[in-house]
Amino acid sequence: MADVPEDAPQHCPGTTSIEAGKGSACQGCPNQALCVSTPPGPVLAIEEINEKMSLVKHKILVISGKGGVGKSTFSALLAHNLADEGKQVALLDVDVCGPSIPKMMGLEGEQVHQSGSGWSPVYLEDNLAVMSVGFLLCSPDDAVIWRGPKKNGMIQQFLRDVDWGEVDYLIVDTPPGTSDEHLTVVQYLSASCIDGAVIITTPQEVSLQDVRKEINFCRKVKLQIIGVVENMSGFKCPNCKTESHIFPPTTGGAEQMCSDFGIPLLGKIPLDPAIGKSCDYGKSYLAEVQDSPGVLSYRNITQRIKEYCNTNH
Amino acid sequence: MAAAAQDGGNLANVHHILLVLSGKGGVGKSTIATQIALALRLAGKKVGILDVDLCGPSIPRMLNAMNKEVHQCDGGWVPVYVDQEKTISLMSIGFLLEKPDDAVVWRGPKKNAMINQFVNDVAWGELDFLIVDTPPGTSDEHISTVNALQPYNPMGAVLVTTPQAVAVGDVRRELTFCKKVGLPVVGIVENMSGFVCPTCSECTNIFSKGGGEELARHSGVPFLGCVPLDPQLTLSMEYGKDFLREFPQSPAYPALTSIARFILDKASESS
Ligand SMILES: Nc1ncnc2c1ncn2[C@@H]1O[C@H](COP(=O)(O)OP(=O)(O)OP(=O)(O)O)[C@@H](O)[C@H]1O
Ligand SMILES: Nc1ncnc2c1ncn2[C@@H]1O[C@H](COP(=O)(O)OP(=O)(O)OP(=O)(O)O)[C@@H](O)[C@H]1O
Ligand code: SF4
Ligand SMILES: [Mg+2]
Ligand SMILES: [Mg+2]
Ligand SMILES: [Zn+2]
Repeated sequence: MADVPEDAPQHCPGTTSIEAGKGSACQGCPNQALCVSTPPGPVLAIEEINEKMSLVKHKILVISGKGGVGKSTFSALLAHNLADEGKQVALLDVDVCGPSIPKMMGLEGEQVHQSGSGWSPVYLEDNLAVMSVGFLLCSPDDAVIWRGPKKNGMIQQFLRDVDWGEVDYLIVDTPPGTSDEHLTVVQYLSASCIDGAVIITTPQEVSLQDVRKEINFCRKVKLQIIGVVENMSGFKCPNCKTESHIFPPTTGGAEQMCSDFGIPLLGKIPLDPAIGKSCDYGKSYLAEVQDSPGVLSYRNITQRIKEYCNTNH
Repeated sequence: MAAAAQDGGNLANVHHILLVLSGKGGVGKSTIATQIALALRLAGKKVGILDVDLCGPSIPRMLNAMNKEVHQCDGGWVPVYVDQEKTISLMSIGFLLEKPDDAVVWRGPKKNAMINQFVNDVAWGELDFLIVDTPPGTSDEHISTVNALQPYNPMGAVLVTTPQAVAVGDVRRELTFCKKVGLPVVGIVENMSGFVCPTCSECTNIFSKGGGEELARHSGVPFLGCVPLDPQLTLSMEYGKDFLREFPQSPAYPALTSIARFILDKASESS
């Protein structure tokens, strides 16, 4: 389906086009107010964004069609893992309505500061910088009730105005779905070349059916797929060690899906109460519980992502 | 009864409208929406479900209505009937896609138009309850849905959370959303709280415990109960089975039916 609303006039230029809301067809269209508030088209900001991004070696998006599968947890731990190895890491949260990164990184209540060269991100370590809309909210009850165009404006600002400096890896945590946030990030970053996307899923079909849509989205917008991570796959009872499939892979799990699409499975991460706890306390699970199966799996996946980035870019 | 009944729209004979919301993804909105619908049917009610999750519609699978189609009639779209007796009807973007894996890559304005159509152009007929399942967040789908439903005085929203702080934080923001748009909050459900090992009966709080209840107390909103993690529930949702009929002995059963009872009581108060 093209990006033309049912109620738009016949010659609608498409809500994603640069002409959206401004074309001659837009006069009198019921969506005009929404479309016209879209930030200036890619051409206007793109040069500034390219300039900022020229200092960033690798760019990775973390995505999923499904909610709550562990995108933010994965983004946070990938950032920690790369930073632990001495890389210069930037973590950008573009989940405008449900930002989780401040809490997971233990940075709740932090503020960003304006500087001569833009917004300074919040530094967790010298080599780990974080930016999220969460830093711009006054209280934990503040809701960001924004429609698409306003979210896009904010994301564009993040990409253009945050002063990351020189960075080895930029990791972008996204909300679930295939919508404004995703289109905007891909649109603005593709000129400066995105290494690819890591897709997160859980094993059951209710999740996979949304993730297949996400894979088709990637193909549509020509976003490379680094691979798929299956999270929450299996739970080992701490008492009797029996494994339960709480989210059972009824259609073969991520493994089957990856082989259907011909894309790599980067690894599986089990359900582990310590992961949720570390997120709530804003601590790195990798540092809290050494050598658990989950930690080993996260480390392994990080290595595979690094290899991918080094051979492809 | 909704005040807009006189204007003769498609929702004129829908008695109670209930939204299922959460700021957080994957907490079980679609699961709870489905189970509320099934429980209300069990209580003899006629129920419709409107799925406004345009990027990731789950309800068709959860009610085993995957390959059905919607048809046009004079009054608009005929919803899909899940069973022969037509006790549950359903509308979802899932029925409008050519291929089930098609990605719906739409920006806000197009979503807004689609949701207006969903709210106004489905010929529901007479319904006791219309349950609206939403995607996570507080954005286009939510603003559009609440705006479009406003004339019909929805009964309110059931907010779903999981126990961890990361999820509760997002649901706090959803409460603010409800307040700002004038949508009453029926109550908060804490889902996925605790898992009982089938082998040794040890309970592990995989996603922590108590966060939803605490939020309800803190914000003065009714607490509708804790639904434990039960793999039988996940499985029922995978295959579109009627969980409440097939697993009445599950620990999730009393929790789910008591949510439905709360809603029924609330509905009889208001009508
Ligand atoms: N393997 C795991 N074991 C236990 N808990 C986990 C695991 N992975 C993630 N979690 C927890 O599950 C919850 C959901 O994870 P997270 O917030 O990262 O998902 P998300 O995909 O970013 O969600 P959203 O769609 O809302 O952005 C969090 O509380 C997180 O701590
Ligand atoms: N109490 C529970 N016990 C076991 N599994 C559950 C429970 N609640 C939900 N699930 C499963 O968890 C997964 C996520 O639930 P669901 O799809 O309902 O969440 P959602 O909030 O609608 O997600 P989204 O934000 O993507 O719309 C599903 O596979 C569902 O079957
Ligand atoms: S305002 Fe213009 S771009 Fe937007 S929907 Fe209407 S015709 Fe299409
Ligand atoms: Mg997230
Ligand atoms: Mg859902
Ligand atoms: Zn056990």
